[in-house]
Amino acid sequence: MSAGGDAGKPDWRGIALPAATLLLAEVAARVVGITSESLAAPSDMALAFGEALGDGSLLRATWETVAAAVAGLLAGGLLGLGIGIWFGLSRTARRLALWPVELLRPLPSVAMIPIAMMIFGFGYRMEILVVAFTCFWPMLLLTESAVRHVEPCLYEVAHMLGLTTPARVFKIVLPAALPRIFVAFRLAAGISLVVAVTVEVAANPAGLGYALMLAQQSLHPDLMFALLLWVGFVGWASNCLLLAIQRRLFSHVAGAQA
Amino acid sequence: MSRARRFRQGLAWHAASIGTAVALLAVWAVVCQRQWISPIYLPSPLDTWTALREGMLDGELARLTGGTIQRMIWGWALASALGMALGALIGTSAALRVWLQPTLEFLRPLPASAILPVAIAFFGLSPGMALFVIAFGAIWPVLLATVHGFASVEPRLAEVARVMGLSRLDFMWKIGLPNALPDALGGMRLSMTVALILAIVAEMLAGQEGLGNAILLAARSYRSADLFAGVALLGAIGLVSNAGILVLERKLLAWKLVRD
Repeated sequence: MSAGGDAGKPDWRGIALPAATLLLAEVAARVVGITSESLAAPSDMALAFGEALGDGSLLRATWETVAAAVAGLLAGGLLGLGIGIWFGLSRTARRLALWPVELLRPLPSVAMIPIAMMIFGFGYRMEILVVAFTCFWPMLLLTESAVRHVEPCLYEVAHMLGLTTPARVFKIVLPAALPRIFVAFRLAAGISLVVAVTVEVAANPAGLGYALMLAQQSLHPDLMFALLLWVGFVGWASNCLLLAIQRRLFSHVAGAQA
Repeated sequence: MSRARRFRQGLAWHAASIGTAVALLAVWAVVCQRQWISPIYLPSPLDTWTALREGMLDGELARLTGGTIQRMIWGWALASALGMALGALIGTSAALRVWLQPTLEFLRPLPASAILPVAIAFFGLSPGMALFVIAFGAIWPVLLATVHGFASVEPRLAEVARVMGLSRLDFMWKIGLPNALPDALGGMRLSMTVALILAIVAEMLAGQEGLGNAILLAARSYRSADLFAGVALLGAIGLVSNAGILVLERKLLAWKLVRD
């Protein structure tokens, strides 16, 4: 879906629209002099952002969200990776699991929130469980497909060398499938952040999602919009970071663009 | 001959796979029967089924399911229509893409649920708020896929259109749309998933009548059978809506598949 595109030189025209919108909002706010529960002047947003940054609440909330997202990503992702490798290697396992997987996969991630809440109450564990459940499926399916795309000759080599199954997985399958698996990981990482924020908005009183809800409920639209832009920036920046890592590690391998 | 055999073999594998699903259900039942996990947290499959059947029979659960489906479909339809229209506009204009693409790329990974507080500030806890959030969140997959579909029209076809003096509207309709349809439909399938998720979250937060709100209330009062029945229904909605769009894709793209 995302073609990636080459990150060519920055084009001022791409920044023109957001910049003009902010400027217009600022002028409109100054001229009309709004004191609203839902709108704020961009300069006030910047002030609120600075204040949240200064008293440490912004970084703490960001840390809470990112920590839960990463923990869930690792838990669900590693489980998905393991089972995905298994399904990729074993046609029998793959075919037997078809119905259970296809029946469970369409469960909307947020439907897990009440279940996780009932088991763990509020807190990290509940958020991590929901994130892990969501990240598990794309990792499982994309790892399976990555393993199945490994060059068949390599399996023959492994067979000829008489490698044991663990040796086969770690020396042949994983290195060969790694570029595609990393793409899956990048996708799951993006999802993990979205789900973490969603859980916080819907239920868990922690992190950026809760900070957003709190800013709205205490009628601080300046802080609310500042947080919204910050959440967008964190998502955008983490995706850029992972893309850069991917380019650096796998630029020589075809198929990394899948 | 060998085709018939392969078909029968495939059927056997499907039967075995359904058997695996049933076996997993049996494991669940045994876990409950032995009370390895307290029934407060994990209802047995039978209890879940009873809750599902009774809820459907007295109409309460059916009404909630209908509410969620309606919210999801309306938001999705709005997102699809807007996404296709905007996507066609942006996709056919290289100039517009230069101005808009970076902003779109920044907004795309933004968690749609982060928009919820903003929407609540503007619309209050109303059905309109839910619709806005669902449509806003679900528009990105359609919009970006449609932009890509319209922008990737074979340059020679664009030249042909220019030589024939097609208007921009004619170009969109006769050349752009057939090219963009596979992308757009794929995007719409993703949008449906997003729409369902946001419908549930909006119901949870705004207390709108629907399964999202119902399962949250069930969890708070430890009615685990009702909770699992609701979650199963949500899974069914996801499954059926996804399959529905897949069928639609196959129908609408039949002409393309035959040629490839």
